Amino acid sequence: MQNAIEFQNVCKRYPEFYLDNLSLQLPQGQIMGLVGVNGAGKSTTMRLLMGLIQPDSGSVSVLGCKLPAQQVAVKAQIGYASDDMRMYKNETLRWHMGFIQSVYGNWDSRYAEHLLTVFDLKADQKTKGFSHGQRVKAGLLLVLARRPKLVVLDEPTTGLDPVAREEVLTELAEILRNEERSVLFSSHNTQDVEQLSDTISFLHKGKLLDSQDKEIYLDRWRRVLCTGISNAAALSLPGLVRAKQNGSLCELVFNRNPEHAVARLNELGAQISSVEPMSLEKIFVAAVKSGVHV
Amino acid sequence: MTEGLFLSQQDSRPMYLQIMEQIKQKVRAGDWPAGHPLPSIRELSVATKVSVITVKRAYTELETEGVIVTQAGRGSFVADVMDVQKTLIEAELEKYIAGLIGAGRTLGLSDNRIIELVKNALVAD
Repeated sequence: MQNAIEFQNVCKRYPEFYLDNLSLQLPQGQIMGLVGVNGAGKSTTMRLLMGLIQPDSGSVSVLGCKLPAQQVAVKAQIGYASDDMRMYKNETLRWHMGFIQSVYGNWDSRYAEHLLTVFDLKADQKTKGFSHGQRVKAGLLLVLARRPKLVVLDEPTTGLDPVAREEVLTELAEILRNEERSVLFSSHNTQDVEQLSDTISFLHKGKLLDSQDKEIYLDRWRRVLCTGISNAAALSLPGLVRAKQNGSLCELVFNRNPEHAVARLNELGAQISSVEPMSLEKIFVAAVKSGVHV
Repeated sequence: MTEGLFLSQQDSRPMYLQIMEQIKQKVRAGDWPAGHPLPSIRELSVATKVSVITVKRAYTELETEGVIVTQAGRGSFVADVMDVQKTLIEAELEKYIAGLIGAGRTLGLSDNRIIELVKNALVAD
């Protein structure tokens, strides 16, 4: 299977930031969620992907085309939306739709009309009157109606109200119907990533900590509550990421081999009250706070 | 149009378990009889807004449990073994019994006392 996205040993240095030897693949037909705190390198990664900036070293390929050499050919197939994209404020959304249609051959008018309805947007309104949520949805409409093979979205649900967020997620899921289309999106909303993505890529301070099948990734992590450990901070167990103690109660977070960890804790005389899977949100916080290489 | 399932992010169980549980419920309730085709993985994924990989995992585990069968190129179906429905209800009953025994033991009740309580409840029913 062809990879929709391929980064090979990509480095990019800024005065305050260094993207460190990024290697990453997104197979066709999958959704990848890019996770990381502000400044982790998510937007830099997306800009590299769009040929907006060039790597200092390494190579970036999109849909089988090398960037930036073949970027003109491949861009017709990529749809990119980010918060800092502007529309002409004195023109209507309908005008923008006509404009994009005149540039991109595979504009799907019926789908565009469908999106107008489900996003509850007024095509004949000038965009300067749009709320933040309406601008975000209008931007997505202009991207999605082109039916791009690769959709790259920088924070697509940030700042949306719960209803708008639901509408946007529904349309992102809709992209999946076609097995040849792929999505890369970044989000601070770990719930969105957890729900929609096949692969989770975790960036931290310019380094890729992990890029893995979501089910496997989430399954590795467990939160264990127990009593009977006198000094949790002194525990040394494989995969132990975080240990907190409050009196006799201990909360331990493991990032691999939870069964083994539980067996060892039993041997140490701990009484285990629960072993729970963790949400991506909890994993995210535990990983960043403990600063470990997950 | 595929009927979605009712999944919740507030539910502490992983998504794939919720999907498995609801498919089993549909089979138990008789909504989906033996031989009934399941939605394709992609279809269910779009309908529930849950990633393909998660739905795939739910289907794989349901297959291991014998609830569904997957035929290459044709899709997945509710297993045609005798009484999947009955098997599932039996599994459910076992789960309740285990819970009952566990709760009884936690209270420090003797086995006889637990049996007595069950008998009383049966009489009262």
